[in-house]
Amino acid sequence: MDRQITSFIRALRASDVRVSTGEALDATRAVSVTGYSDRTLMKDALRCTLAKSPEEKITFDDLFDAFFASRDIPGEAAQQDSDAPDAASGGQDTDPVALMESGDEAALAAALEQAADAADIDDIRFSTQIAYYAQQMVRQMGGDQLQQRLMQAFEARSEEGDAEAERLIELRRDLTMRARERVQRSYDIFGKGETEQFRNEFAESKKLSAIELGDMARMKILVARIAKRLAVKHSRRRRKKNRGQLDVRRTMRANAGVDGVPFNVVWRQKRRERPKIVVVCDVSGSVARYVRFLLLLLWSMKDVVPDLHAFAFSNKLVSVDGFLEDLPFDQAMDTILREAGMGSTDYGQALADLKREHEALIDRRTTLIILGDGRSNYDDPRTDLFRDFAARAKRTIWLNPEPMAAWGSGDSEIPRYRPYCSTLSHVATLKDLERAVDDVLSAYG
Amino acid sequence: MTQTLLTGYEPMTSIDAITSGLESVGYISTRQISTAVFLALGLRKPILIEGPAGVGKTDLAASLSRWLDVPLLRLQCYEGLDEGKALYEWKYGKQLLYTQLLKEKLNEVVGDEQSLESSLGKLGSFEDLFFSEQFLEARPLLTAMRQAAGSVLLVDEIDKSDEEFEAFLLEVLSDYQVTVPEIGTIKANVPPIVILTSNNVRELGDALKRRCLHLHIGFPDHKREQRIVQARVDGISEDLLNQLVSFVQSVRDMDIKKRPSIAETVDWAKTLLLLHANALDEAFVRDTLNVLLKHESDIAAVSGDVPKLVRQATDGKPALSGHMAR
Repeated sequence: MDRQITSFIRALRASDVRVSTGEALDATRAVSVTGYSDRTLMKDALRCTLAKSPEEKITFDDLFDAFFASRDIPGEAAQQDSDAPDAASGGQDTDPVALMESGDEAALAAALEQAADAADIDDIRFSTQIAYYAQQMVRQMGGDQLQQRLMQAFEARSEEGDAEAERLIELRRDLTMRARERVQRSYDIFGKGETEQFRNEFAESKKLSAIELGDMARMKILVARIAKRLAVKHSRRRRKKNRGQLDVRRTMRANAGVDGVPFNVVWRQKRRERPKIVVVCDVSGSVARYVRFLLLLLWSMKDVVPDLHAFAFSNKLVSVDGFLEDLPFDQAMDTILREAGMGSTDYGQALADLKREHEALIDRRTTLIILGDGRSNYDDPRTDLFRDFAARAKRTIWLNPEPMAAWGSGDSEIPRYRPYCSTLSHVATLKDLERAVDDVLSAYG
Repeated sequence: MTQTLLTGYEPMTSIDAITSGLESVGYISTRQISTAVFLALGLRKPILIEGPAGVGKTDLAASLSRWLDVPLLRLQCYEGLDEGKALYEWKYGKQLLYTQLLKEKLNEVVGDEQSLESSLGKLGSFEDLFFSEQFLEARPLLTAMRQAAGSVLLVDEIDKSDEEFEAFLLEVLSDYQVTVPEIGTIKANVPPIVILTSNNVRELGDALKRRCLHLHIGFPDHKREQRIVQARVDGISEDLLNQLVSFVQSVRDMDIKKRPSIAETVDWAKTLLLLHANALDEAFVRDTLNVLLKHESDIAAVSGDVPKLVRQATDGKPALSGHMAR
């Protein structure tokens, strides 16, 4: 397979565009059909074999331009070779001084490419490696030779010698800069994506309480990605064929036209329950930042869970569906915190409000999610109400941002709620939230 | 340029030929669309087209069939679509009639066969007939395989089908053949040109995406939309055309529920023509906004900006949108 294409595909993969072997083969075949001579055509052809979603197309376009900016497309290279045979031989044999001084940009560019190839600069992963790879490139271009000449000039201890040395140092600096630029381009193509992935993985498992404001944009993208992942997983067919049980009545009806001879057999179908989620969030103090991510995640999954109701409280319970529906997310969050975030926490009051005004929402399809630390200021936690909800609902999930060691200390009522929870877990990172929501949706099998 | 194009679709020898061919049947293509079609033939691969409703995804399939003069076979997908509806079914009714016929003639058929065994043997030979092509009801996929001169197979809105069906389709799409257990494998002489469309109702499986060329068709730019309207609406003046396209383009940049599609632009052009409008003016626009926009709230949102939008459109300058595109 064409080396440029293989290398380009590696760049795509580094930037999170998944390319299968089959697609890689398609890409090569596509280029063999379109030819190399027309770069736009080649780009279009590669785009429709390699990039298969709008996001991937954007990544593709950026990468294609960056990648092929510094490279010859094979067809063109062949042509150039015949024009400038010296450039092709490049590499270590060429005298870097002569090359730099010749002012022949084309030959210089070709030599740089050759050196880049020889130094394997496409293996670059991190920005800290740029200097190293640039150095390797300079060496490939005869850096040692240059160094030697420089030393000789110094040793001459004459005026001409010093002038010569100065000239050589200048030249070496120029060469190094060019090499650095070239390595930087490779890093942009091969390294950035991977560094980004590394950062994302790190962010996913970072404690949500430690997220800084500057990271919010990245976190949002990550949440969206998690939401999509979960959506793909859980939007699978709701209807499951259950072959094995004959639906006699429907079979009879379906075959009425053929004297009841059962040509068309109808099997009983098991309908999957649609998820119904009621989420109650403690938005007082330290819990608020977890709420932000849980709500963002759940709200990004509206397509899969249309039956979603969210409430926030510190003492009085407030329905927040309206805010989330009408306002951009950040604004909605601000409003929620303003409307419900004040006052001292009272779980008993919140549960009583839920019972009085929204009890009808909780039925045997409902998963009730409580997000909070269960610290209720020594007021009555109304575990009786929680027990009733647990009995009515399909499941009750309690997500607690506090580490397990703190449960039950001070005004924490977690141990008293615990017996009525289907699941009680500690959530601190995006990964934890993903697992929790995945678990909720999996129960609707 | 090396070419290994599919046999059977002769006119498609270059990208330019595809662009002009499509234009001859009224489809204004883009470089990217033509390239995808070209590759589909070169690599024998289906094209999966995604993009908003009303940008000409389905129309591409119809236009290809018109231009190449091969039949268009359309399979509309929906939840619950199964093999029977897509591939083939047995004609139960006919089979039933046939059994009854056979029952009546049983004595004649078995005739003077002496032993039970030989009678059964004779009956057995009729069973083959029972499950023969004669009783086979071909649905779009099978029909497409049987077209001697090729065809365009449109699998419309694949995202509305179940995942199971998607998986079933893979077999058909990669080998262009269909297996009917009682009869055997039916392979297409000339593989159909397959176009799948999706509006992104659900995320499609990776397996399907991997096997297809992927083409995203978005809303057209000003120039292309103008050409499309020109191709569909006779006798529209250059000025009006220019203005109404500018108008539509800036409406698309607004924060509204449903952005107007090409079809709606065309309808609007026809409406304005019917009203003998030579240029956009506020009154005309207000009265006919419901042709362009399909939600009450969108109409309300755009109404307020009509004077500004009309001014921009009639100034002849490309409209700068004051609204954030979504």
